[in-house]
Amino acid sequence: MVYNPFKEASSDKTLSAPPSATDYLKDTVFRSFAYFCALSIVLLVAYIVFELGSQALPAIKTHGLGFITGTTWDTNEGVFGVLPEIWGTLYSSFLALLLGGFLGVAIAIFLTQGFVHAKFEMIFRTVIELLAAIPSVVYGLWGIYVLIPLIRPGAQWLHDTLGWFPLFGTDLSGPGLAPAALVLAIMILPTVAAISADAFRRIPYKVKEAAYGMGATKWEVILKVMLPTASSGILAGLVLGFGRALGETMALAMLIGNVNNISVSLFAPANTLASLLASTFPEAGQIEIQALMYAALVLLLITFIVNVAGLAVQQYTMRKFEGKK
Amino acid sequence: MNMQTDTGEFIAKKYEPKGPVVLDCHVKNIFYGDFRAVRDTTIPIEKNKVTGFIGPSGCGKSTVLRSMNRMNDLIDSFRFEGHIQYHKHDIYSKKVDAVIVRRYIGMVFQLPNPFSMSIYDNVAFGLRLNGYKGDEEEMVVKALKRAAIWNDVKDKLKNSGLSLSGGQQQRLCIARAIATEPDVLLMDEPCSALDPIATRQIEELMVELKQHYSVALVTHNMQQATRVADTTAFLGVDISQGGRTGYLVEMDETKKIFEDPQQLLTKQYVRGEFS
Repeated sequence: MVYNPFKEASSDKTLSAPPSATDYLKDTVFRSFAYFCALSIVLLVAYIVFELGSQALPAIKTHGLGFITGTTWDTNEGVFGVLPEIWGTLYSSFLALLLGGFLGVAIAIFLTQGFVHAKFEMIFRTVIELLAAIPSVVYGLWGIYVLIPLIRPGAQWLHDTLGWFPLFGTDLSGPGLAPAALVLAIMILPTVAAISADAFRRIPYKVKEAAYGMGATKWEVILKVMLPTASSGILAGLVLGFGRALGETMALAMLIGNVNNISVSLFAPANTLASLLASTFPEAGQIEIQALMYAALVLLLITFIVNVAGLAVQQYTMRKFEGKK
Repeated sequence: MNMQTDTGEFIAKKYEPKGPVVLDCHVKNIFYGDFRAVRDTTIPIEKNKVTGFIGPSGCGKSTVLRSMNRMNDLIDSFRFEGHIQYHKHDIYSKKVDAVIVRRYIGMVFQLPNPFSMSIYDNVAFGLRLNGYKGDEEEMVVKALKRAAIWNDVKDKLKNSGLSLSGGQQQRLCIARAIATEPDVLLMDEPCSALDPIATRQIEELMVELKQHYSVALVTHNMQQATRVADTTAFLGVDISQGGRTGYLVEMDETKKIFEDPQQLLTKQYVRGEFS
């Protein structure tokens, strides 16, 4: 029976009644289900980390931290180091974030700040979201057959004329960082654009009104008011995009060259952790698989750190701009 | 004698301003798409005076006010017929950019709308926009003091404007609007979110502001109109044409409107017989 201390208030007049036992039951069931779902995610992540860790344990014992600072990956000698892969992962993702992030935010502004009619906005949005639906292997093929031949003359010219500049220090012999980062940028662009556009749409109309009311021009409104107001949402989009770039495998395995090499040159071939995993796994022996598990753990750790750092920056901007505690 | 339009619609007797007029507002029609929101409303905003706008909900007083610095341009379906003279120029002339209009004619909105930036930056926003070269900090402090919020925020100027309470936010918005010392200040029910003490302070501010500037004030609170407005325009709603079109019923000195209105509708409204 439901405990109701206000029974005396029940008379013929009032229609008020306590929730029934079934109401309470539904409430409890739904709440437990929600808790269970949330908890299962946490357990799943914990299980993945545990499983990776236990499989990587022999490799961790053998190689220790030297695995992270080592630069050679030699199966025959049993020497494994992933510094070039860590470098390649971070460098290619950073380049992609720079380009894709800039374009994504620009597209979000274009779509939400009254530059296009609502009808065309729909079309643009659909096309951009379509980018996210293209399989990664198609991006890889497109990169090989279209993008690399396309940028090669420009890359050659940059290397020939500005070869002294570290970024253009080598020539593009085919696969390399530049095509990989360009394709990555296109791949993360829909994520950044969609989340940033949502952040812009969430800004109440009265804020825009206030900015125009001060006599600000359209660009002043966008740059000085809308952009700071949307910044925490935009940051969330950038973090998600960066996370996606870090983990992207197929297209990068096809485009980056898979060469253990640390270079700041945009045209040098490189390697990433994800593409190392994808390309080495099929033929790996037991010892190498343990090393690959270790590499996977490193990738997971990098992703984790990036997400936590992103979250911290987001919290900071929220506090600064929105006064939230 | 009342005037009428060709179709027999009522037109208010023209109010003859006693002093110089800074913003001479002649609304013929205001449309939102096919909807005729306001018709035949002539309201001169006199220099160094507070002009009050009163009337029932939906009478278009806010619409008229927002037309005075072209805020309604943000709404696509908005269409203005008539002219608003400001320093010998029609602000709706094709040659005039709405942005310039809004630099000279400031606005305080009904709902507080501070920017997501620090309290200081909020107030300095307009100064930076206008390329103010003098002592920015001095102007910010002055504006905050005049808006009766200095004591609340003096120790936390770096905090976000959104961390303040609703009433404080509104006073911050008033500080932001007056920091650039606009020639005319339009206030759209600025006190509707404020407690009585803050309301009184803002009313005192309006009276102080009119020494140098001109104020147009939309208010739902008739006592407020009697306290601060020098002249008052009463707008009514015309439902005779099927729609709900606002129009000017009567405009006169505030005392006259409240004590000796010429129109029956005004009399009923100021007596509180409808709202």
